Amino acid sequence: MTSEVPAGVDGPLLRSLTPSVLGVLVRRGADFAAAEDAVQEALVEALRVWPADLPRDPRAWLVTVAWRRFLDAARADAARRRREERVEEEPAPGPASDVDDTLRLYFLCAHPSLTPSSAVALTLRAVGGLTTRQIARAYLVPEATMAQRISRAKRTVAGVRLDRPGDVATVLRVLYLVFNEGYSGDVDLAAEAIRLTRQLAAVVDHPEVAGLLALMLLHHARRDARTAPDGALVPLAEQDRGRWDTRAVAEGVAILRGALARDRLGEFQAQAAVAALHADAPTAEETDWVQIVEWYDELVRLTDSPVARLNRAVAVGEADGPHAGLAALARLDASLPRYTAVAAHLHERAGDRERAAVLYAEAAGKASDLAERHHLTRQAARLNTRLGR
Amino acid sequence: MAKYLLLKHYRGAPAAVNDVPMERWTPEEISAHVRYMGDFAERLQETGEYVDGQALAPEGTWVRYDGEGRPPVTDGPFAETKDLIAGWMVIDVDSRERAVELAGELSAAPGAGGEPIHEWLELRPFLSAPPTITE
Repeated sequence: MTSEVPAGVDGPLLRSLTPSVLGVLVRRGADFAAAEDAVQEALVEALRVWPADLPRDPRAWLVTVAWRRFLDAARADAARRRREERVEEEPAPGPASDVDDTLRLYFLCAHPSLTPSSAVALTLRAVGGLTTRQIARAYLVPEATMAQRISRAKRTVAGVRLDRPGDVATVLRVLYLVFNEGYSGDVDLAAEAIRLTRQLAAVVDHPEVAGLLALMLLHHARRDARTAPDGALVPLAEQDRGRWDTRAVAEGVAILRGALARDRLGEFQAQAAVAALHADAPTAEETDWVQIVEWYDELVRLTDSPVARLNRAVAVGEADGPHAGLAALARLDASLPRYTAVAAHLHERAGDRERAAVLYAEAAGKASDLAERHHLTRQAARLNTRLGR
Repeated sequence: MAKYLLLKHYRGAPAAVNDVPMERWTPEEISAHVRYMGDFAERLQETGEYVDGQALAPEGTWVRYDGEGRPPVTDGPFAETKDLIAGWMVIDVDSRERAVELAGELSAAPGAGGEPIHEWLELRPFLSAPPTITE
């Protein structure tokens, strides 16, 4: 709600209350889709009313208004009359806590029956409290398209019972996707992902949740240093480390340490450990590549992911020299994304600039985003200029 | 207002005047080019004439329906002879003259030696919706 929050309203507070308010409505027996609409309406109402008249208990205010909106909508729908009466008569089932409400909502919005794009959209709206328009802008799709995606997602999960805990890994995957979308438009999705992961970490005690939060903080800490004033990508080794956000680094490292102490390693903790080792090095030359290789070994063991193997080859190239890196690379599938870019880098470090220049140009043609393409083309150009061609 | 599509080609367009592949430029020349393109789009946003712009990957596939219950037939990557679109910009302008003027500016983006590329861009008018008042 960055651009739509009037003065005098605490936007982050308002949005942080969203999941628990929605949880209360669902616990009282409202079906999820109708409850979610009612909460969105209450949020809009809050933006209108709060600047002039801030309630003493914002959460209670939101629950009251959302519940009233839900009942109004249910009443207006004649077909729902019977269910509405049942809801009104039914006392709230048991004293469930805010924590349970919030957690159930995360699981519901990341339910395995949803496609990744639907889960992302639903999480941002129902848990994050973003408006459909904001989500649409962030993903550069028309608002009508996003509205459709969200209402289909709500229909998909309408029949899901909320009383069983889900698999936290599905929730983490959704949050990871949101984080990776980064920043486009007026909503900072990386910051939003961090907020939602922090909120999740507050209600569930799981080392991988902490691991993901640490990973996000450590990457977010480098964001300003990752882009040159002209918009060009700045690779890790060339970043001005003085521009890293030391507070975010310190927080990420502390959270990771706590998670690793639990001795239940997972992929996000391993990735965060790599990021922490980079954050720890005062200069690129002082990076502890040997330890980084060990963490990639863990990551390969945990996930068997080809991307982890590719990153491991880069780390081997730094720890044991470019020829060792090329040997590790030779065992991988050449059609992997970024394979050619890695090969170019390792050949350059091995002293074969001509081959590297050709590979950088080839990698640029395969790049999946424009900034990456420009970066790789510039690398080819840098070598060609030095080779005098 | 009328919408126009500006198409940039990887291949298939007549050769540009300053026709040197990008990886043979200096890194500074690449930066100058990228800045020019960014400034151009930003300026059109300020004048209210910018609609959309996207870049496309060079690889692609032909696809067609192959009958009930069968997966679509695919063919590709594209043959070397195929006209290959690199990206587009959609503009919404008052006249065809303005569209031509803007395409000319885009074609003047600096390339090797900091000199304009004089690249051929394809300018295509959108078919519009029928007018409300017809007589």
